[in-house]
Amino acid sequence: MIAIINYNAGNITSVARALQNIGQEFVVTDDIKKLDAASHVIFPGVGAAGEAMAYLREKKLDTWLKSWLSTGKPLMGICLGTQIILDYSEENDTNCIGLVTGSTKRFPDKLTSDGQALKIPHMGWNSVTFRRSHPVFQDISPDAEFYFVHSYYPAPSDERAILGTTDYGMTFCSVLAVNNLVAMQFHPEKSGRPGLQILRNFCAWRGNA
Amino acid sequence: MLSKRIIPCLDVRDGKLTKGINFKGNVDIGDPVEAAREYYEQGADEIVFYDITASSDKRDIMIDVVRRVAETIFIPFSVGGGIRNLEDMRKVILAGAEKVSVNSAAVNEPEIITQGAKAFGSQCIVLGMDVKKVDVSGKIPSGYEIVIHGGRKFTGFDALWWAKEAEALGVGEICLNSIDADGTQNGYELKLTELISKNVHIPVIASGGAGKPQHLVEVLTKGRADAALIASMVHYRTYTIAEIKQYLNEHQIKTRMLW
Repeated sequence: MIAIINYNAGNITSVARALQNIGQEFVVTDDIKKLDAASHVIFPGVGAAGEAMAYLREKKLDTWLKSWLSTGKPLMGICLGTQIILDYSEENDTNCIGLVTGSTKRFPDKLTSDGQALKIPHMGWNSVTFRRSHPVFQDISPDAEFYFVHSYYPAPSDERAILGTTDYGMTFCSVLAVNNLVAMQFHPEKSGRPGLQILRNFCAWRGNA
Repeated sequence: MLSKRIIPCLDVRDGKLTKGINFKGNVDIGDPVEAAREYYEQGADEIVFYDITASSDKRDIMIDVVRRVAETIFIPFSVGGGIRNLEDMRKVILAGAEKVSVNSAAVNEPEIITQGAKAFGSQCIVLGMDVKKVDVSGKIPSGYEIVIHGGRKFTGFDALWWAKEAEALGVGEICLNSIDADGTQNGYELKLTELISKNVHIPVIASGGAGKPQHLVEVLTKGRADAALIASMVHYRTYTIAEIKQYLNEHQIKTRMLW
């Protein structure tokens, strides 16, 4: 059973509907007992880092995520759920969960491309350049694009944690992968067929377990 | 690099498309959910719904449409029309829309923008601007004035001022509709689009006037728009979204070509 962590953070119903569409059973919960019983965990999120972390701490889900990671079972972060697995986020000056060393940074104000100022948030469809293959991204064409909407980006301190990068006036880490953790800045649940394929691949992945 | 977005716009009244849409085999599609599915499969990057339901007791029909759309397509979509307060926004977002669009309500009560951005995040709140060209004056220095109620009521708001003000209040995106160009199929209002787009730091969706793919090329380059709204040119099946994207691609405009 796939568990989606429920922490009052926006896109949970979208993720649930995408899983429904690919015929995958799931629970949406913040109950640690139910989470413990899951085979896979999805940690989604839309919103601000400060409020999200406050809620997660109150529910002790921050420490629970660390223990889940040590089981070797698959964990997927999406958007805010990717940003706050690092140690720290510049958004609301927030100490985060620290599953991966590094921090989440705001896009610089003066990004340009071909002499034109770029808008923030980075909103819309963009591609990902993968540095290596990964089971969760198998059968995904290099020409596929994914839906992004964010003003902050994850910056892991260990280069080896970077699975994929995206260009937006600068190159940033858009997909992280460490052992049984895979985390992406874009929204697979809103990225059409390639996005659904990523969710399908994740549900079939065994992580390190 | 980020792709330019192509966004079909669907007008819905009492849960039905206001104009049937003719797809393959001239099948008339009056169901907004089926039309959304068609456009999703043709490669639409996002979909905009405008609810023009007049009577308030029929408004919940739209919420059901939103729920069914969210179960059917896996790209972002927004809902506008008749959003008056935080509760209206919440209903639409909980039903599965990524974004809500406010227009007249934001002119009447600008704080709705700040409240919405605080509750759901700026990325959820789109400002719909209906704009008419007027004489340049002290009150309207840009020569573009905001109108509401389908273009019938002038507000005294300068379009450029309002765009910047709304950005400061917290909108995440602007959908800029030229009332003068709307329905003409003679091309977007390029000067207006460029003026707004280069003076705000949030994405601008150009709307009104699209009749052929060249119009999209113009508004996405000269007009500096981040996305282009289309209606008649795809509803009447003059072009498919895939054909438009192919044309843009041939003209060095990056769009999402794989879906």
